[in-house]
Amino acid sequence: MRLDYSIVANWVQPNTQVLDLGCGDGSLLKQLQNELGVHAYGLEINADHILKCVQNGINVIEQDIEKGLSNFEDKRFDTVIMSQAIQTLQKPDQALAEMLRIGRECIVTFPNFGHWKARLHLAFNGRMPVSDLLPYEWYNTPNIHFCTFKDFDVMCHDMNATIINRQVIATHSLGKAFQGLHPNLFGETALYRVRGKQ
Amino acid sequence: MKKTFPENSIGLVKPETITFDEPIMLSCGRTLDSYQLMVETYGKLNAEKSNAILICHALSGHHHAAGYHEGDEKLGWWEDYIGPNKPLDTNRFFIVSLNNIGGCHGSTGPASINPNTGLPWGAAFPHIRVRDWVHTQARLADYLSIEKWAAVVGGSLGGMQAMRWALEYPDRIQHCIVIASAMKLSAQNIAFNETARQAIQSDLNFHKGDYLAHETIPERGLSVARMIGHITYLSDDGMGKKFGRELRSGSFEQGTEEPVEFQIESYLRYQGKNFSKTFDANTYILMTKALDYFDLAREYDDDAAQAFLHAQCKFLVMSFTSDWRFSPERSREITNALMKANKDVVYAEIESQYGHDAFLIPGQDRYWNIFKSYMDRISI
Repeated sequence: MRLDYSIVANWVQPNTQVLDLGCGDGSLLKQLQNELGVHAYGLEINADHILKCVQNGINVIEQDIEKGLSNFEDKRFDTVIMSQAIQTLQKPDQALAEMLRIGRECIVTFPNFGHWKARLHLAFNGRMPVSDLLPYEWYNTPNIHFCTFKDFDVMCHDMNATIINRQVIATHSLGKAFQGLHPNLFGETALYRVRGKQ
Repeated sequence: MKKTFPENSIGLVKPETITFDEPIMLSCGRTLDSYQLMVETYGKLNAEKSNAILICHALSGHHHAAGYHEGDEKLGWWEDYIGPNKPLDTNRFFIVSLNNIGGCHGSTGPASINPNTGLPWGAAFPHIRVRDWVHTQARLADYLSIEKWAAVVGGSLGGMQAMRWALEYPDRIQHCIVIASAMKLSAQNIAFNETARQAIQSDLNFHKGDYLAHETIPERGLSVARMIGHITYLSDDGMGKKFGRELRSGSFEQGTEEPVEFQIESYLRYQGKNFSKTFDANTYILMTKALDYFDLAREYDDDAAQAFLHAQCKFLVMSFTSDWRFSPERSREITNALMKANKDVVYAEIESQYGHDAFLIPGQDRYWNIFKSYMDRISI
């Protein structure tokens, strides 16, 4: 089981209403449905992913997050999740604002650009970081809005969002040892659980 | 010489006429004392009777949805989606397809004989609404001992029937498949229908609907009505790709008076003429009226989510990008109302150049895959 999924699963209450923005092949929602009995919808625009969702028995809706979420009422969902997608959006701030509007709680996960490998790559190679986690060149990456663990913290503050939990995941042993001490340097994946004004 | 049929066809099928003698009260307040339904079935009903699927046809559709008839090589109108290993898989499902009342392919309709007069019903045939079809379909289900459909499936006007099923008989439908449909028609859509009706009604052979008693048919009017409809079922892009400005005859050369005929003109005339010989004008008027009147949520305070709260089934909603008659926006409205009502729904917007007709057209991988994957997961 993916570690980030199990952290997300810990932050979602059983038998609640969940929306996953950019739900991919639906594997996270499938897990949440099976383990927690949530009632969920997933939004997705990738045709292959949508087909996989149908095969996974997910309520997948073909809808572009970038065009807004005005079809959902305020606080329609107990939890709105955006897993590894916010860095691909044109307007991440607007997306987060909409998430905070329609969800009582929001969970956002993203690759932490503040990870030491990324820093070293830029510092010593003088080129945009390419790694196993971020395997794209700057010109073809879907990740157009990188941020760090710290940056997201600032964004939440700017948007009056309250942070309920935040965590990073490190996969290498060095990172695992130091992630608690310096999450922005050693965390590869950042996870935030936030809420807006109630 | 007998044509060979594709191996993946259900093959030879035989329609059956079923007579219902229990009177049915229609939405318009009138009663039909008895009526006939023309029905075809494909595949086998299982012992639990849990694998039955109802196909609801659209405006000009009928019971012959798949396979072919003895002595007639024309395949059913949804041949590409009904059959072994197709989305509506006859290896797994028992599929029921009928001609709705008011139709003109064997079920009781305006061209049938009115038992009270011994003459064709003509203009005197009662107005029919979508819910009347749903009620007669429910009686068909009773007749076939089908307590609950595994799915009710329909495109366009057929999708309206499928949605009405979900609200009228929530405990008799497990899945509702709504393709290129809408919860109600837009003003523009009604306008197209009215123009088509006017074409029919202004034909001198129409005789206020009693043309059969006058031993004639409003062929030209119906032909024009079909041409209007046909234009709206295709997309600008699709029509351009298929016909462009190609000429069938004549030329643009200066110094010649030879009349020019574009391919699209000839095509539309051919379609119109063919249709007018096989379809009943009163049925065309009746079907377009049923479309116009349909308003899923009217009796639920015009609140679609409120309406769908009554449904117990799961939904698959699909639309096609180039469909401007039943645009994706209409399907998104359905999907949004379903989500608001907290119903299980899958929504896919299929990239297609075929306009409204796309739901009938083969060779669209994405449409096929989503449709098939969804149907494959239905437990029976």
